[in-house]
Amino acid sequence: MTVDSPPARGTPGATAAAGGTPRRRGSRPLAAVLGLVLLAVLAAVPLFVDPFGTNTLSRILVFALFAMSLDLLVGITGLPSLGHAAWFGIGAYTAGLVAEHWTAEGVVTVLLAAVAGAVGAAATGWLAVRSSGVFFLMLTLAIGELVHQLAQSADTVTGGSNGLFGIPSIRVAGTPLTLAGYVYWFVLAVVLLGALGLWLVSASPFGAALRGIRDNEARMRSLGYTPFRYKYAAFVLAGGFAGLAGGLFAGLVRIVNPSDAGFSTSALLLLAVILGGAGTLWGPALGAAVVVLVRDTYGPTLEGHGPLLLGVVFVLAVYLLPQGVAGLAGVRAGIGRRRPAREGSS
Amino acid sequence: MTAPLLSLSGVTRSFGALRAVDDVTLDVPAGARHALIGPNGAGKSTLFKLVTGEMPVTAGRIRLAGQDVTRLSEPQRARRGISQTLQHSSLFLSQTVEQNVLLAAQRRHGSRHSPVPRRQAAARERTRALLADVGLADRATVPVAALSHGERRQVEVALALACEPTLLLLDEPAAGMSPAESARLVDLLRALPESVTVVVVEHDLDVVFALARSVTVLHLGRVLLTGTPDEVRGDTAVQEAYLGTGREALFLDGAGPARREVG
Repeated sequence: MTVDSPPARGTPGATAAAGGTPRRRGSRPLAAVLGLVLLAVLAAVPLFVDPFGTNTLSRILVFALFAMSLDLLVGITGLPSLGHAAWFGIGAYTAGLVAEHWTAEGVVTVLLAAVAGAVGAAATGWLAVRSSGVFFLMLTLAIGELVHQLAQSADTVTGGSNGLFGIPSIRVAGTPLTLAGYVYWFVLAVVLLGALGLWLVSASPFGAALRGIRDNEARMRSLGYTPFRYKYAAFVLAGGFAGLAGGLFAGLVRIVNPSDAGFSTSALLLLAVILGGAGTLWGPALGAAVVVLVRDTYGPTLEGHGPLLLGVVFVLAVYLLPQGVAGLAGVRAGIGRRRPAREGSS
Repeated sequence: MTAPLLSLSGVTRSFGALRAVDDVTLDVPAGARHALIGPNGAGKSTLFKLVTGEMPVTAGRIRLAGQDVTRLSEPQRARRGISQTLQHSSLFLSQTVEQNVLLAAQRRHGSRHSPVPRRQAAARERTRALLADVGLADRATVPVAALSHGERRQVEVALALACEPTLLLLDEPAAGMSPAESARLVDLLRALPESVTVVVVEHDLDVVFALARSVTVLHLGRVLLTGTPDEVRGDTAVQEAYLGTGREALFLDGAGPARREVG
């Protein structure tokens, strides 16, 4: 934030300085330490956790990236989408088909999945982002259902309602990753890169413009911005990152079902974003962890009452944490912020 | 003679049977300090919306620096140098004062399309200078939602100036400001370079006469008179239509007694 340094305009290296807001300056070292510790713990997981647990964590990571990509739309641009699983599904099917018919090289499959997600979003986004609010919700819902139906009916390609199964395991440099730990590390690396990409976008001038559109689209127009272009770009980017997550999912679970592209996945994901705190990126990642844990791990042990538990968690969260889990971190910052404000006005 | 910076010819806007702006023809030369006055409902704010492009005209032509901008969208016109403050503050409430102004400043001084973080030193420097000018230097990190009404008006002005406009439209910039704040605003606007043309709508006649070198009086959507402030003050038609019958309404609306001290 200090401008007394020489005007090194547009150096991408100075990310941290440009990205945050001044009020977060005090907590930045703490956040950095916490981040590093979390990173170390995440990297060490396969050494201590059994394969089943490692696999669950891999799935949490994939859904965390997926939720963060939706947060780019919902929290940062202010476009609540109910069809975001479409891009996830397109990415998953793309990665699965590429692995079956061409190459299971992990980097290739996930990158093609990301491209497929972005292309799908680009093909429909120009229509969707012309609307807003409930209409955007309905349009994205329709697009999502369209992709879901397509996956179900094109059974010669996608396997129909049986899903696309028997996807070969991910290869890195020609070697198949058979151990859960190696797959986990691959997933972790890609998710971290994806999260870094999303964070860069969010902290960039482009991201600032997206937040401006979220807060006051009319004013952005009068400042000379064309909101449509920004919303469209955000939609395509979000689709690309969702596709990336989908590609990881296909390599990890090795079966893709039409429901992975359908409404229930989209709705769960929106739940994760709201649960975690829209607009913060890391909040929705946490929300995704909660959703996956409740649905996949504790759900089956409750005699099929997993969705009920999820519902209870959601109702409680909406009442107790109106700004999501991320809102908890904001409480401290909020107190620190209000104090100087009062001094200034007196 | 060069073309006037802003030229309206026959500009009309109808809402059903009501002609809010009725055949307005008006030339504002470059570097002007021009005021639009008139009783409530005279069509001042509507005229501004037609100029910025927020609202399409029903008929007529709008030219900016000789170029026809009638068919251009609002962002396109903004990029050609039209900037405005709105009658009711319209800001980015979840963000800090600095972030608000930076959004406007990064369009001219920064790299607004960049998908990766930038220092934007030039845009930040400009933001800092503008916040100092409007008197909010120590409020930069406060969320706009926590500001008082008068302070939000100041952010509006900083935001409009951060666009580096050639034509600055101010819609009641002093409304809701304290006498000290509006005196500061008048000083700030007076100090603007000649390259910025200012058109101001203001109910506070002290602000108008302190700032404007030419005045247009609108009444029921039509131009009643354009002239120097002295001509306007001396004109009987204006006094009848506006200062005479409308005087009480004028000061009861929006302007508190304290605000007459300005100027």
